[in-house]
Amino acid sequence: METDPVLQTFIIESTEKVQEMESALLQLETSPDDEDTVNALFRAAHTIKGSAGVVGIDNIEKFTHTVENVLEKVRLGEIRVSEDLIGLLLRCCDHIGHLLKSLNAGKDPEENPELQTEGQAMAGELSAYLAVEGQGVSPEPDKETTEQGGTPEALTWRISLRFGRDVLRDGMDPISFISYLSKLGEITGLTTLTDAVPPAREMDPESCYLGFEIDFRSDAGRQAIEDVFEFVREDCEINITPLPATAPPRKTAGAEAGKQAQTREPGAKGAGTIRVDTDKLDQLINMVGELVIANANINQQARRIGDNSLLESAFALSRLVEDIRDRAMRVRMVPIGETFNRFRRTVRDFSRSTGKDIRLLISGSETELDKGVIEKIGDPLMHLIRNSADHGIEERDVRLALNKPENGVIHLNAYQETGSIVIEISDDGSGLNREKIVKKAVERGIISPGKELSEREINNLIFEPGFSTAQKVTNVSGRGVGMDVVKRNIEALRGSVEVESREGRGTTVRIRLPLTMAIIDGFMVKAGASFYIIPLDMLDECLEMSDTDKQLSFKRNYFSLRGKVLPFLRLRDIFNEPDGRNRREHMVVIRYAGGKTGLVVDELHGEVQVVIKSLGRVYRDVNGISGATILGDGTVALILDVPGLVRNLEKAAGALSYP
Amino acid sequence: MNINAQNNNGLCRLKIEDEMTISTAAGLKKALLDNLAGCRELEIDLSHVNEMDTAGFQVLYLARREADISGKAFRIVSPGPKILSVLQLYNMKGFFGI
Repeated sequence: METDPVLQTFIIESTEKVQEMESALLQLETSPDDEDTVNALFRAAHTIKGSAGVVGIDNIEKFTHTVENVLEKVRLGEIRVSEDLIGLLLRCCDHIGHLLKSLNAGKDPEENPELQTEGQAMAGELSAYLAVEGQGVSPEPDKETTEQGGTPEALTWRISLRFGRDVLRDGMDPISFISYLSKLGEITGLTTLTDAVPPAREMDPESCYLGFEIDFRSDAGRQAIEDVFEFVREDCEINITPLPATAPPRKTAGAEAGKQAQTREPGAKGAGTIRVDTDKLDQLINMVGELVIANANINQQARRIGDNSLLESAFALSRLVEDIRDRAMRVRMVPIGETFNRFRRTVRDFSRSTGKDIRLLISGSETELDKGVIEKIGDPLMHLIRNSADHGIEERDVRLALNKPENGVIHLNAYQETGSIVIEISDDGSGLNREKIVKKAVERGIISPGKELSEREINNLIFEPGFSTAQKVTNVSGRGVGMDVVKRNIEALRGSVEVESREGRGTTVRIRLPLTMAIIDGFMVKAGASFYIIPLDMLDECLEMSDTDKQLSFKRNYFSLRGKVLPFLRLRDIFNEPDGRNRREHMVVIRYAGGKTGLVVDELHGEVQVVIKSLGRVYRDVNGISGATILGDGTVALILDVPGLVRNLEKAAGALSYP
Repeated sequence: MNINAQNNNGLCRLKIEDEMTISTAAGLKKALLDNLAGCRELEIDLSHVNEMDTAGFQVLYLARREADISGKAFRIVSPGPKILSVLQLYNMKGFFGI
């Protein structure tokens, strides 16, 4: 039933309000007398209650009303803010969150006994605060949802539905739509069409094969009926025809106007913003990508023809395209602050349950990341924070004995650095115990005994599958299981992760993520017969290699860059291009993860703007390549996976052999 | 989801517990068809199912259809309110003989 766009807006906005309430509560914990915070809290609760009333979600409205009543008393100073109260209200926030989530999942919270009892228990606790009177829920205007604006004549409609195969997988269920429909009027007849269900062997239990013919009598207009199926419109054949030959009465227009007026109401707050379906955005960005390719083509042609005025026009066009590209990309960028703030609660709850006193410091909240990345980075971050809290920060008495401040600090930080976004999770805990790590790694057969490893290599062992040095098994972070999963998740985002640690002083985990996911400014080079793209923001400089340079470096496996050691790779070697050592070669110096690495290539072709095309499943694990792109003239160029290459170089440090 | 099967002289009694939803549909399909193949008569106890979505419904439908094709008896026993409401909404109670 939760297909109504109004309802969707309600869910999104209320979820935000719940988060506002949560941060206000956490703030109250440190400054219980702050009136502004209490007011903010009250307003947020009030908004949720109001909007719930508008969209007719009775249980949320009723529950939040009780919460609001308590907050009203807090505001008037009749109830004092106590730790208990804050705890209770935080749980209330959780409950509203659960209700919203279940609503979002298309389930009626009324039918979930667990949620029901949870709500009742809390309402009980709340009313204890409300002293004698209890919660007289004032009769809010209810059930004014869709039938506003006069009573148009009821019409009978024939609704034909053929659901798309994927609707179930996408989390939508015909049941919800039909039962929501039945709230708008009366279903006078319904036939479930099952003839599309294939023979048993071919039937995919997660696909939807059903169709429905529904006779529906309602005074809601066609628009209102169509709106019911708003969310499946693209995945579903819908045909709505009036059954009697009478023309739809004019009055329905009024009903629609009423509905629109409502739509605006819950969204009124964010005056300058609109919510856009991410699919639409992705399509737009895809188109911009194609535009970039087409534009590169035009530039090439213009250069070939050499007509000055044409070149000028092409240039002007390029500038615009670049601008559009940047703006389109920026639309998808979201500040990471909101994600960070969610962890305040995690850390607070952890402190409560373990008796460790941990403070979460947040900085760089305004740093922006691609929305897709933000969605996927939450889990790995959560894991790392729990790890820090659980394994990093010591128990209180241990800290005191070590002369450390009683309360531990976890610091979440984000910033931008040459072509990537860096997220740091640091703690001032015990740090990694390298001896133990090495011992464990040998035990687990990850490394062979007696192997000399650098500090960094030892630290990074914790990302190996199945690795753990935790003394105690806790329910918070398990036994270090999952650091390898964290790493994999981050690498799936084309990012990298490293850890830095000082024993007794703390640990810092540093995650590097690419700025954008779809289009990059690149530097094109050629090695052998193929073109390669190096992300431009990682490029430091290009040098021509003299013969002496070449001979010396190949002997030593490193290049001397103005007297400094520069490890390097030869693209020809990596990609098995036939050897061309006696030709002129260039050294491209790239900067990544705080270090420099050289790439030896044949030709330099300059800056290009490329649209990343993924390589498809078969080639996904190819080493050293993160994607491909199509150049203006149709040639394919491979995009170098610089982090991957650098990693390989580190792994093989010294092992690369040149004749 | 939990499925408990008792086979007795060609009569198979299946007791399904918890949910029949998209998350369990694949297992449910296999269990229903496997058990159906090994019996002459299938009786499904749904009294302990507290959730059924369209995916669950489709598998139930498939099992019933397969039973019809192979000429086996198929019975649903004590469906809970959740099941009934879905069958009611889909107007399929008659099909299952409820």
